[in-house]
Amino acid sequence: MVRRFGIIAVAIATLLISCSGKPADRTKKDKHTITIAGSTSVMPFTEKLAEHFMIDNRKFVIDVQGGGSTAGIQACLNNTVSIGMSSRELKEEEKMLNTIIICYDGITIVVNPKNPLKALTLQQASKIFSGEITNWDQLGWINRKIDAVTREEGSGTRGSFEELVMKGNEIDDGIMVQDSNGSVKEVVATDPYAIGYISLGLADQRVRPLTINGVIPSIRSIKAGRYKIVRPFIYVTNGELDADGRKFVNFVLSKDGQNILKKEGLVGFYD
Amino acid sequence: MTKNPAKKEQFVKLVLVAFALSSLLFLFLIFIFILFEGLPLFHKVGLKNIIVGSKWAPTKGFFGIYPMIVSSFLVTFGALVIGAPMGLSCAIYLSEYSGKKMKMFLKPALELLAGIPSVVYGFLGVIYIVPLIRNYIGGSGFSLLATSIILGIMILPTIISISFDSLMSVPKTYREGSFAMGATKWQTIYKVVIPAARSGILASFILGMGRAIGETMAVIMIAGNALRIPTSILDPLRTLTGNIALELAYATGDHRLGLFSTGVVLLVIIMILNYVANFGIKRKM
Amino acid sequence: MRINPRFTNKFVQLGLNFQAFFTVGILVIIVAIICFKGFPYVNFEFIFAYPEDMGRLGGIFPSIAGTILLALLSILLATPLGVGTAIFLTEYTKESVFTKIIRFGVESLAGIPSILYGLFGFIFFVIKLKMGWSLLAGVLTITIMILPTIIRTSEEAIKAVPRNLRIVSYSLSATKWETVTKVVLPSAIPGILTGIMLSVGRAVGETAAVIFTMGSSLRLPTSLMDSGRTMAVHFYILAREGISMEKAYGTALVLVVSILLINVVAYYLMNKAISKYS
Repeated sequence: MVRRFGIIAVAIATLLISCSGKPADRTKKDKHTITIAGSTSVMPFTEKLAEHFMIDNRKFVIDVQGGGSTAGIQACLNNTVSIGMSSRELKEEEKMLNTIIICYDGITIVVNPKNPLKALTLQQASKIFSGEITNWDQLGWINRKIDAVTREEGSGTRGSFEELVMKGNEIDDGIMVQDSNGSVKEVVATDPYAIGYISLGLADQRVRPLTINGVIPSIRSIKAGRYKIVRPFIYVTNGELDADGRKFVNFVLSKDGQNILKKEGLVGFYD
Repeated sequence: MTKNPAKKEQFVKLVLVAFALSSLLFLFLIFIFILFEGLPLFHKVGLKNIIVGSKWAPTKGFFGIYPMIVSSFLVTFGALVIGAPMGLSCAIYLSEYSGKKMKMFLKPALELLAGIPSVVYGFLGVIYIVPLIRNYIGGSGFSLLATSIILGIMILPTIISISFDSLMSVPKTYREGSFAMGATKWQTIYKVVIPAARSGILASFILGMGRAIGETMAVIMIAGNALRIPTSILDPLRTLTGNIALELAYATGDHRLGLFSTGVVLLVIIMILNYVANFGIKRKM
Repeated sequence: MRINPRFTNKFVQLGLNFQAFFTVGILVIIVAIICFKGFPYVNFEFIFAYPEDMGRLGGIFPSIAGTILLALLSILLATPLGVGTAIFLTEYTKESVFTKIIRFGVESLAGIPSILYGLFGFIFFVIKLKMGWSLLAGVLTITIMILPTIIRTSEEAIKAVPRNLRIVSYSLSATKWETVTKVVLPSAIPGILTGIMLSVGRAVGETAAVIFTMGSSLRLPTSLMDSGRTMAVHFYILAREGISMEKAYGTALVLVVSILLINVVAYYLMNKAISKYS
């Protein structure tokens, strides 16, 4: 009986060694690893860029983590990652980091496709989230409570939204909170009475973007400077990037990289 | 082996003591590190402003978690309202009514409920229960009610298995005595068996509470996470656990300390519940 | 008016019957939903292919591998610790203040919710010990989390071994350790394995403690310091972010079926252990 247990233990150990040990030895030789962490808004796009990058650069492994803008910036300051991602401007105490703006992103206010509402003014948007407008009949629809959804405290998207839309008004405490663009979108996509704000790049046919002050949120209106709820997507680095990191950033800023971002609904530097 | 067997015994015993102490060490580390991170803020902001403060805006210097404490207890109470009668009746059925074969099938089946990951419960709650509430009862569906239902189901295995054990430990002679007096089966259960197993049943409820108050992932998926104390069962709410899980990834500085303070409060509540369940109410094993 | 007690009796019996099957019904419904919705998307490729486009396309292989690595490594660490503690508590000491303190510690660990393990793992392993989000940090956190389960089940299993087996062994002038390893442990193995399997199930299904320690990087962890994503975390992200409901259901199916299988094996072993001495 004991022997059998021993055999099992040996088998498990062998399995483990073959799982964890070998690949590490093999890849150590000429593996180029770039670690990136930060904003969950920037993460999906970075992952996509990394996927494309790794097709042509097979020796590279790019490790993309979420964690949030603030965590990404912190991780970069501690040198735990080579590149941090941020969806907000840096604060004073973070300014010693190098910033690379990789593109711009609009924040769009979205409702369920079943909702007939097409347009909001900036002021109405602000009033919905500050709890002054709480019923859809105040906006000319049915008598039904508005299920507003916001992001959690500390989120870059929320930070930009507070700055660009709320303009000093506080977001009401009674409003639902979700912790990512995706989960806000899920709530709005499934609840006909919901309203929320998400990254323009993530809006698809399951939610409907509203025009703000008569301007449709789109790459064109952002480029023309007419749609105003826009924030930069930033890579931050602590000092000079190493050669591997630079290679990836160059790819991101190249025409190919920017085209990938454009396809995702972000505003890049080329046309 | 040429080694002196007595020496070997000594060595073995030493290693085993070290192993046994490791659990205490881990508990100690968990306490130290959560307290170490969480307590400074109590000192800085003041215990009162955290425990009874009603505004949570950590990036602006408000760390009140009173609404979350209340909400945590509300969902726990809701879960108990749903889970306790269901769980207790299952336990009674299993111990008093079901045949041996049925027991062999039912008990593991019920315990499998405990194996289903909490994210799956949360997901099914979002897909099925939330829309049901939104369409037929009202509100956004992300609510105290939805959370209570899901948590009520999640604590069933805890309540069933501990109540079952305590019902089973009631001596057969109690039941026989009652039957001999001409009591029906239900009268026997109601008047004799349940009172005799009372402390174990109570312990199962309290441990169920502990499970409900500590649940995280399912809760952030269905509770809606609004910061205000709910005024009806259809309002969204945020629990202590939800607060930590929602914001931990983003938090730095005082904000992160605030989340650890939330953890400290949660830890204290959990320790009290566990202490009451395990030691205050003597568990017959 | 008094209701006839015989009527009440029948009525209650019916109600309890219904209640028990209703509760089992919940389990059946949950498993059925996951199976029916997930079945069309699970195939060879789904299990062995790498995910593409954040999991929208392709398979879930890295998350399966990540789950197995996390569970196996945690078990490998927790089993000697847990079984050792159980042996100490049952064989090497008498009930005393010391054992009471240890039991209190184990009970307390068992009651701590997983989010607090996550919080602890995050501050201690990830930040203070500078492991970063890594397999190692995840494994250590989960090891502590599953330890109480292993200790408690092993203790039960060892206690259930009949006393006379030990007496026989001692009378053959075996030492304590020889008695434990050659007589007690072999008899207790089914019970101990039950605890191990239940712990594997817990590790596989855990999210809150894993996501803050092991991170959520969607790739195959090739070393202990790599971050990774378990199936439960992958499912959580797919479902919550609405990345792909199809892949979410598929992942849920693989996840739930493996946990149920693990648990069924555990109960099988437990029955074997119980029937051995009764």
